[in-house]
Amino acid sequence: MTSEHSLIPVIAPISGVFYRKPAPEQPAYVEVGQSVKKGQTLCLLETMKVFTKLKAPMDGEVAEIIPEDGSTIGKRETLFRLKI
Amino acid sequence: MNLSKVLIANRGEIALRIIRSLKETGLCAAAIYSEADQSCVHVQMADESYEIGAAAASKSYLSMTRIVDLAKKIKADAIHPGYGFLAENAEFASLCEGAGLVFIGPTPDNMRLAGDKLAARMTVEKLGVPVVPGSDHALLTLEEAKEVARQITYPLMLKASAGGGGRGIRVLSDESVLEEEFASAAAEARAAFGDPTLYLEKLIQRPRHIEVQILGDGQGDAIHLLERNCSVQRRHQKLIEEAPSPALSDSVRKRIHAAALSVAKGIHYRNAGTIEFLVDENDNFYFMELNARIQVEHPVTEMITGVDLVNAQISIASGQGIGVIQHEISQWGHAIECRINAEDPDMEFVPSPGKVEDYWAPGGFGVRFDTHLYPGYEIPIYYDSLLGKLIAWGRTRERALRTMGRALQELSIEPIKTTRPFLYEVIRHKEFIEGTYGLDFVEKMLETRSAEAE
Repeated sequence: MTSEHSLIPVIAPISGVFYRKPAPEQPAYVEVGQSVKKGQTLCLLETMKVFTKLKAPMDGEVAEIIPEDGSTIGKRETLFRLKI
Repeated sequence: MNLSKVLIANRGEIALRIIRSLKETGLCAAAIYSEADQSCVHVQMADESYEIGAAAASKSYLSMTRIVDLAKKIKADAIHPGYGFLAENAEFASLCEGAGLVFIGPTPDNMRLAGDKLAARMTVEKLGVPVVPGSDHALLTLEEAKEVARQITYPLMLKASAGGGGRGIRVLSDESVLEEEFASAAAEARAAFGDPTLYLEKLIQRPRHIEVQILGDGQGDAIHLLERNCSVQRRHQKLIEEAPSPALSDSVRKRIHAAALSVAKGIHYRNAGTIEFLVDENDNFYFMELNARIQVEHPVTEMITGVDLVNAQISIASGQGIGVIQHEISQWGHAIECRINAEDPDMEFVPSPGKVEDYWAPGGFGVRFDTHLYPGYEIPIYYDSLLGKLIAWGRTRERALRTMGRALQELSIEPIKTTRPFLYEVIRHKEFIEGTYGLDFVEKMLETRSAEAE
C-alpha cells in the first residue's frame, strides 16, 4: 500500500487553462496508472496565448489527475499526484 | 453611408481607443465583452455594452455569427474589428457586408491578398516595388525548391505562403538543410495554416524593419503617413516602435514612401494599413508584407503627423473619403512607443497575469498612455499580454527618449511583472540611442545580459 507521503504533488507554476492533450483530436499526454519519466510532458498550460508544457519532476506513476481538461487553474494549484 | 452606431468587436486598450474616436465623431459606441471581461473598462466607457459569450476567445471575440447577429439586433450599422481577433479575417468582413453592415477596415479582397504572402509578393513585384530575391511561384517539390535555391543562392528562408508575422519560417544555410526541412515545413504549414504552399526568399543579413502607414479610399486613391521603425523585436513580437526611423537617408526614406504608396494605389487598398519592408545594411529595401488592419503601433504615426488614424478609418468607412491630403502630411518631432506587456523579462518573458494592486499612470508633457488598466483590475489569463502602450513625443529624438525614460520610471503596475524594466534598459542602450539597431538587437542584448549574469 502507498502511504500519503509517497505521493508527490505536481503544482502549476503559473495560472492558466489546463489541457491534457496536445490538440483536441489527439490522445492525452498521460493517464492515471501510467508510469512517467522525469522530464516527460504531463499537460499543457495556456496563459495569455502562450503555451507551456509542464514536465514530470521525477520518474513515477500518475496516481491522480486533478483538474478537468480545459478548466482554468490557479498558480500553485495541485494538478497531478505522482507515486514514486 | 452615414453611420450612427458602431459595434466594437474587440477588448482592452484598442476597444477604448476606438470608443474615444467614436465619441469625438458623435457616434454611438457599442462594446462587447466576454464573461471574463465584465470588469474591463471598455464596458463602462461605451454607450452600450453586451455580453457576447464565454471567456475563451473562440466563444466570444472570435464568434463571427454571434457578433454579426448582435450588431443587427442592436441596430448598429458598422463593425470596427480593432487589431487581432477578427481584424484580418476576410470571411468575417464578407459576412458583415453580406448582412448590410459596414466593415471598418480593408475590403475582403485586400485581406485575402495580405493573407496570401506569395500572391502579395507577386502582385507587388508587378507594381515595380522591390521584393526580397526569391521564388516567383509555389514550390511543390523538393527538386524544384533545390533548383530555385541554387539560383538565388544561400542563405535562404523557407516560408509558408499562408504564414506571416514570422510564423513558419525556416532559415536554410545550405542545401542539406533544405533537404532536411522541406517536407516537414510543408506538413507544418498545412497543419498550422491549412495550406502547404512554400516559397523561398534570400536571407537578408541584419535587416531593419521599416513600415509605412497608408490610408486608402478603396477606389485607387491613397496617401502615406511616413514610416515607423519596428526593429526592436523579440521572437517576431515588436517591443518598441518609433517614427520617423532613425538612421535612414532622406532619399531612401522618400523611395520607401513612394513604393508603399504605389502598392496602396495599385491594389485599391481601402482604409488604414501598413506596408512592411526589410532594409539591409546598404539601405536596399524590400517589400515584406502587407498588414491589412490598424496596427498596435499606430499612435507613433499619429503623434508626428497630427492625424487621428481611427477617425480617418471612420471617415473612409462612412464614405466621406480619407479626409486628409498628402500635401498636409508632414513630420513634426519624434515619437516612440514602448509596449508594456504582462511578461517577466527576468524569466524569459513568461506571462504574468494577476491583480493590479498599485497603479500609477505616467503623464506630463509629451506623454500618452493608451491602456485599459486601473487600480484593482484583474488581468485575465485568456487574452494577450499587452497592458498598455506608452508613447513619448519630443521635438527631437533625444527629447522623446528623455521623456520616455522619465515616463517609464513613473509607471507603476504592482505586483505584476511587466516589460517596463527591460524597455528602460533598451532605451538607455548605446546602440538604441545611436539608432543603428537592426532586428538582431534584442537577441544580442539578451545574450550579453545572460553572459554577464554567469
